[in-house]
Amino acid sequence: MSATETPAAPGVYIGQRVPRKEDARLLTGKGVYVDDVSVAGMLHVAFHRSPIARGNIKSIDLSVAKQLPGVHAVLIAADLARYKVDMLSFFLAAPVVPVPVLAIDCVRYVGDPIAIIIAEDRYIAEDAAGLITVVYDEEDPVVTMDEAKTGALVHPQTDSNIAAATGTEDPDEELEALLNNAPHLETVEFKHQRIAQSPMETRGVVSAPQGAEELTIYLSCQGPQLNARWFAQAFGMPQTSIRVISKDVGGSFGLKGQPWREEVATVLASMLLKRPLKWIEDRLENLTSACQAREQEIKLRAAFDKEGNLIASHAEYSINNGAYPQGADSNIAVMMFIWGAHKLPKFDFYSRGWFTNTVGLSAYRGPWAIESLTREVLLDRAARKLGIDAVELRKRTLLRREDQPCTTNMGLELEDISPAECLDVLLTKVDVTAFRIEQAEARKQGRYLGLGIATYIEPTAGSTGIAVLISESAHIRIEPTGKISAVVSTHSQGHGTQTTMAQVVAETLGVKFDDVSIHEDDSSRGGYGSGAYGSRQAVAGGGACIGAAKLLVDKIKKAAAHLLNTTPENISMREGIITVSGDKPQSVTLRDLADIAYGEPERLPEGMEAGLEVQFRYRPPPITMTSAAHACIVEVDADTGFVKIKRWVSSEDCGVMINPSVVEGQIAGGLAQGIGSVLMEQVSFDARGNPTAVTYKDYMLPTIFDVPTFEYNHDASMPSKADGGFRGVGEGGCIVGPPTLVNAIADALAPFGEIKLEFPMTPTRLLAHIEGRPEIAEHAKPVVAPVPEPTVATTPTVAPVQNVFSPSAPQEQIAAPAAVQIDGNWKFVLSTPLGPQAFTGRMSTDGNNLTGVFIMNMDEAHFTGTFKGNHLVWDLKVTKPMKITLKYEAHIDGDKLLGKCKMGIFGTAKLVGERIP
Amino acid sequence: MSQHQINLTINGRPHCSTVEGRLTLSDFLRGDAGYTGVHVGCEHGVCGACTVIVDGNAVRSCLMLAVQADGSKITTVEGLAADDGTLHPVQQAMKDECALQCGFCTPGIVMTLTALTNCANKPSGDTLVQAMSGHICRCTGYQGIKRAAMKLGGDAA
Ligand code: FES
Ligand code: FES
Repeated sequence: MSATETPAAPGVYIGQRVPRKEDARLLTGKGVYVDDVSVAGMLHVAFHRSPIARGNIKSIDLSVAKQLPGVHAVLIAADLARYKVDMLSFFLAAPVVPVPVLAIDCVRYVGDPIAIIIAEDRYIAEDAAGLITVVYDEEDPVVTMDEAKTGALVHPQTDSNIAAATGTEDPDEELEALLNNAPHLETVEFKHQRIAQSPMETRGVVSAPQGAEELTIYLSCQGPQLNARWFAQAFGMPQTSIRVISKDVGGSFGLKGQPWREEVATVLASMLLKRPLKWIEDRLENLTSACQAREQEIKLRAAFDKEGNLIASHAEYSINNGAYPQGADSNIAVMMFIWGAHKLPKFDFYSRGWFTNTVGLSAYRGPWAIESLTREVLLDRAARKLGIDAVELRKRTLLRREDQPCTTNMGLELEDISPAECLDVLLTKVDVTAFRIEQAEARKQGRYLGLGIATYIEPTAGSTGIAVLISESAHIRIEPTGKISAVVSTHSQGHGTQTTMAQVVAETLGVKFDDVSIHEDDSSRGGYGSGAYGSRQAVAGGGACIGAAKLLVDKIKKAAAHLLNTTPENISMREGIITVSGDKPQSVTLRDLADIAYGEPERLPEGMEAGLEVQFRYRPPPITMTSAAHACIVEVDADTGFVKIKRWVSSEDCGVMINPSVVEGQIAGGLAQGIGSVLMEQVSFDARGNPTAVTYKDYMLPTIFDVPTFEYNHDASMPSKADGGFRGVGEGGCIVGPPTLVNAIADALAPFGEIKLEFPMTPTRLLAHIEGRPEIAEHAKPVVAPVPEPTVATTPTVAPVQNVFSPSAPQEQIAAPAAVQIDGNWKFVLSTPLGPQAFTGRMSTDGNNLTGVFIMNMDEAHFTGTFKGNHLVWDLKVTKPMKITLKYEAHIDGDKLLGKCKMGIFGTAKLVGERIP
Repeated sequence: MSQHQINLTINGRPHCSTVEGRLTLSDFLRGDAGYTGVHVGCEHGVCGACTVIVDGNAVRSCLMLAVQADGSKITTVEGLAADDGTLHPVQQAMKDECALQCGFCTPGIVMTLTALTNCANKPSGDTLVQAMSGHICRCTGYQGIKRAAMKLGGDAA
């Protein structure tokens, strides 16, 4: 507790450093992680995986493996085929290309699971995995994004390796003119390495079928409700029959948001064998076959006037989706937030996600974090060139509280972001002038100190757009014992929500913190909620707990007033004691009231339901934002290239804090991961797609020596608009950490010129920069032919070959007059940033006019447009998730339709259609 | 597979088991003996989550075979708190300093700190922090672990 914090008044828990309820069991070895679960009759699972990145399976010989004593079964895709499983994304959308549970006919990455072995123990299962022989017809893999752009199709059924795309590649000429004619154009371009989320507990599942229609799944995951819903929808089983239990989880960071191939295969095998099965991923599997994140490349251009004001900007971005991403993604959030907090008149972008023969993409803490890294590095570089102080440049470009409410050019509605205000507070803690003097002195002695500053904003809980994240449920019961149980759809993988939600419940209800237990580990106990996702739990879960507790307070007051012959306004409750104010004060305990509510409900007011329990579902405001500014000071050893972080100060607006220790824990954990991604972590592949960092000796994680002691400042905090005033902090450290550190390293090494943006910034790389020698290339050079920069006022650029939105038919065909059949029923798939959306529709024609309707989720959307030959155009106005006019353009070729949909700020999405009866 | 009989003491209780030669001590402690507080994070000696005390020394149980533990005295994280539930000073320091989030790395860290603070020559806070370099924690950024180690070494955090 810092000196400024005073002990709380009784009954006040929100804002207090309350010790965690979780710690007693976790410190004594009594936590229950999935590998601690044992079910009678349980067998163990291992996988046989592909040793090559790409090829066709010619034959599989399981005979030797099956004969090994202790082996119960060896299954391949065909054995599981009796179950129809539709693998879904986290948003519960269908994938762009079908994801097989086990490899069918071909393998798409090293580690692709081919066979599942079920044996008495894991040792035998692994032995058997080694006895399987698969003969392949090996093909050259597409490993990097550069290769994806020009190489063979990863999935032959697709028309390009573009898994997802947003924005447009057609240059906006007005924007290009602004960029090219500006007094200063700054460009930052780099590749970001792939990261393994690396929770210390790997993935794992115990699947226990109970009869034909019931399934209990113990799962290491981010939320049992969402995962139960995922299994129910993917398996086409009623959700009532699927129960997901997830008590303690050893970290996740995005990896365990949803089940994936191995968990699903284990569950299917357990259904087939009618035996409980356990699969615990080992670290080799985790570093090679668990989905990964962050392999990206970005080019950001930003134009400034001489004073440092932003004029315009353009971003071009790619992300490696691997072979089977958990939702094909071009990461629209990067574009939403890259200038989300800045005064920028004009912005455009083009983003693509690429299929490759590598393990698939999944979420990782702050999946869009590259936006902050890119922008903050660009601002520092621009500042150096413009001769403006880097802090001053941020002050000029950042929106302040008084500039809001406003809407950004990406349609983000801002009300209360405060990175500029956080920066103000930060500068009261970090004396930049004094540092510059110290830095100059140090340089004279050959020591290289650097200061890095970065700001960011982070969206946390929101209630628009993403259907699986809209609301959160809390069910609170005063038990007959007078103790309080709350079932909340939050979930902890270290977040401490059993503590923070109890703080909120205890304070709002007026009971002792120690009397409250929070349950969030069992999908059958509570209502739907997504669990830990997108830093949302404080806002969404906290709001749900407040809402439920308030309803319960109402009931308690009414019941107590009735029993004590007074009115509810005269009743108050503190620490579980119900008191009547007024001339003859009386009190009863909550326990007394519970006895009556459950045992003698006839004594309750007329018509009041027996018992003392309520349920509430909270829908948070459309979006809640957290802001921060960070500074760090490093020293780079010019002899070794080693970076020593000497000081790190954070200043954030995280709203009302439920528990400052938990808040600081989240910031610190995120920063440590950010440090790891800048300095050491890297998933790498050789040219054949073989992973080359497969243990923690090669995949380096930060240790206690790599992470400094962090200083926190919460002074810039203002309550959010959400109930309780909370803001989320889960991901921020991982977003703002990297630019803060990179800027510090760049500042330290400025005497040697601008550092190369190559990640991770290992001592070898930094030393090469310091010594001014070319570095030994770690990666093969890109094999693509250079694409000319789009220029203004020239002839229109030729569409690149890989244009996903270009109709595949030759242009002439569009204009060719032909008897085209438009009228009738169609089914469509629109590739939106949230995944493909399928819907049906009808179209009819009259003269050159087109009318139609799209039907989706019992909702109809009507449109009108025109057509000429087989070329159709129409507009569709929608109001959800925001008011926007969708501009469609398509052409029909027989029974097929191919086109695109301009979705305003979300860029352009591909539309495919097929005639149906 | 070869089967071997081993006799050892775990958290003060005698155990007699027949194990395969290749069974790791960590898998033996978790599975056969039921001490699931022993966590396996990497199985190759890097993360430290599996650390237990064998005859007074902090040992990575994933790098030792169960048969090698024959005749030894082992303490796991389950063996530290008093019967009445009072936490061991190391556990208490970890709790007071918010040194854990998910708790997966925690047992190993607790066991290393316990082995070192049990030594006759009391290590300094810095020595304890140094020892923590052999443990990986992905959640906390080591802030509370550092404070707990300093505190246990008698140094202000
Ligand atoms: S599991 Fe033994 S050191 Fe990681
Ligand atoms: S607390 Fe999660 S790994 Fe350390």
